[in-house]
Amino acid sequence: MESGNIAWVLISAALVLFMTPGLAFFYGGMDRNRNVLNMLMMNFYCVLIIPILWVAVGYSLSQTPFDNDFIGGFDSFFLKDITVAGDGMSLAIVAFLGMFAAITPALISGAVADRMKFSAWAIFVPVWSLLVYVPVFKWVYGGWLADRGSIDFAGGTAIHVNAGIAALAAVMVLGKRKSAPTPPHSMPLVMIGTGILWFGWFGFNAGSALAANGAAAQAFMNTFLAAAAAGLAWILIEWLRDGHPTNLGAASGIVAGLVAITPAAGYVSGPSPIFIGLIAGVICCYAVRLKHKFGYDDALDVVGVHFVGGLVGSLLIGFFANPSFFDGAFMEGIFYGGSAKLLLEQAIANGAAIVWSFVLTYGIMVALKKTIGVRVSEESEAGGLDLAEHGETAYHGAQ
Amino acid sequence: MKLITAIVKPFKLDDVKDALKAAGVQGITVSEVRGFGRQGGHSETYRGAEYKIDFVPKVRLELVVDDSSVDAVIAAIKASANTGKIGDGKIWVASVDRLVRIRTGEEGPDAI
Repeated sequence: MESGNIAWVLISAALVLFMTPGLAFFYGGMDRNRNVLNMLMMNFYCVLIIPILWVAVGYSLSQTPFDNDFIGGFDSFFLKDITVAGDGMSLAIVAFLGMFAAITPALISGAVADRMKFSAWAIFVPVWSLLVYVPVFKWVYGGWLADRGSIDFAGGTAIHVNAGIAALAAVMVLGKRKSAPTPPHSMPLVMIGTGILWFGWFGFNAGSALAANGAAAQAFMNTFLAAAAAGLAWILIEWLRDGHPTNLGAASGIVAGLVAITPAAGYVSGPSPIFIGLIAGVICCYAVRLKHKFGYDDALDVVGVHFVGGLVGSLLIGFFANPSFFDGAFMEGIFYGGSAKLLLEQAIANGAAIVWSFVLTYGIMVALKKTIGVRVSEESEAGGLDLAEHGETAYHGAQ
Repeated sequence: MKLITAIVKPFKLDDVKDALKAAGVQGITVSEVRGFGRQGGHSETYRGAEYKIDFVPKVRLELVVDDSSVDAVIAAIKASANTGKIGDGKIWVASVDRLVRIRTGEEGPDAI
């Protein structure tokens, strides 16, 4: 059995790694053709810097010692005392969690697209990871929020709400793009990215069972159903409201469903993932319009999809959690005979993550703005970040 | 000698090419272009936000022909590119002062 578990966790880790290029293509296709390489690089950079940071201090600060409520320590500094003894599972888990640490800041890149200086991004990512991701991860997995009774199977609060609200804080400091938004430059790239994300998300959610067991199978099923239901909801709304079911709508719905089921994946069963997907699909389809109303320039809708989707999924656990199905030690949701206590704890957990992430991210961005600056020059913004920041162009010919 | 330039709908290119070959034309230069005429552009909706696409894709054909062939070539393009709907494009004719075939150095109508 141990060999089955470790095999599944290692495969899941590779699946989660694959999500970062998936996200890069999802965002890159939506971006304009002169900035697509900058978008890909912002994402790939996360899988260059974060694994090293994670092994050095991130894992240690986010996990050990396990009894700490707010932040870990340096017990596992550079993986001290983590060996291949026994089944090697502890090492596999460090790798698996490292993939999550890598993709979380990458989510923010979609919001800051088209104008953020790459040098500022290069510093933002590790600093944000240590000051925001690591503590929130600790609170949710083995810290004070977990002790209070809130649950987050694969990172709805710790990853999507956390990165989503950080995206809002980041664009508030960064400011709007100089030129009007353009339609996606390559929808096929967006759809490839979506497919890779969905594929990888099976590792993200079902792998979070950290075992090859029934909870993993149910999380897998939930990941399948919620994404389908949310994609369906989104294109139906578009069809009725705007006249056409669009590929971008299907892709956005799938991702919104995946985000929403992430916190709930190992806690809900039966038709619940379909309801969670439908609800998230409808809400996110309208939430992506909030930026036009409130005037923040979240370029590729990180707030509308990840923050809103993650929050919706996390709060819906308060209704749909079904501990008896999993023989699990968590509270029942309201639809399964529970009180509103779980819903309240979910709200508190997300509230804490939102406040911490927003305030700290805002602070990091202001500090960067006052020192090295966070925006490229107007000339670079007009001519494209691919050439200005990376000395490359994606498409040769007229941009 | 005349330079005939035609802007046509991209999906009509094969029909136009066949019609011109049948009319005895020796060569055509084709480019993908964008523009608008009376047809105007169209709008696309992404995540509920509407984007106006002003320049629609078209194909531009250019060919140099002898004065005597102009009417036949125009007739061929006119017949083959016509869909009867707005946006079918335009044909215009301009005089050519000099024409040189690079390989042989031939000039004038001999180089057509």
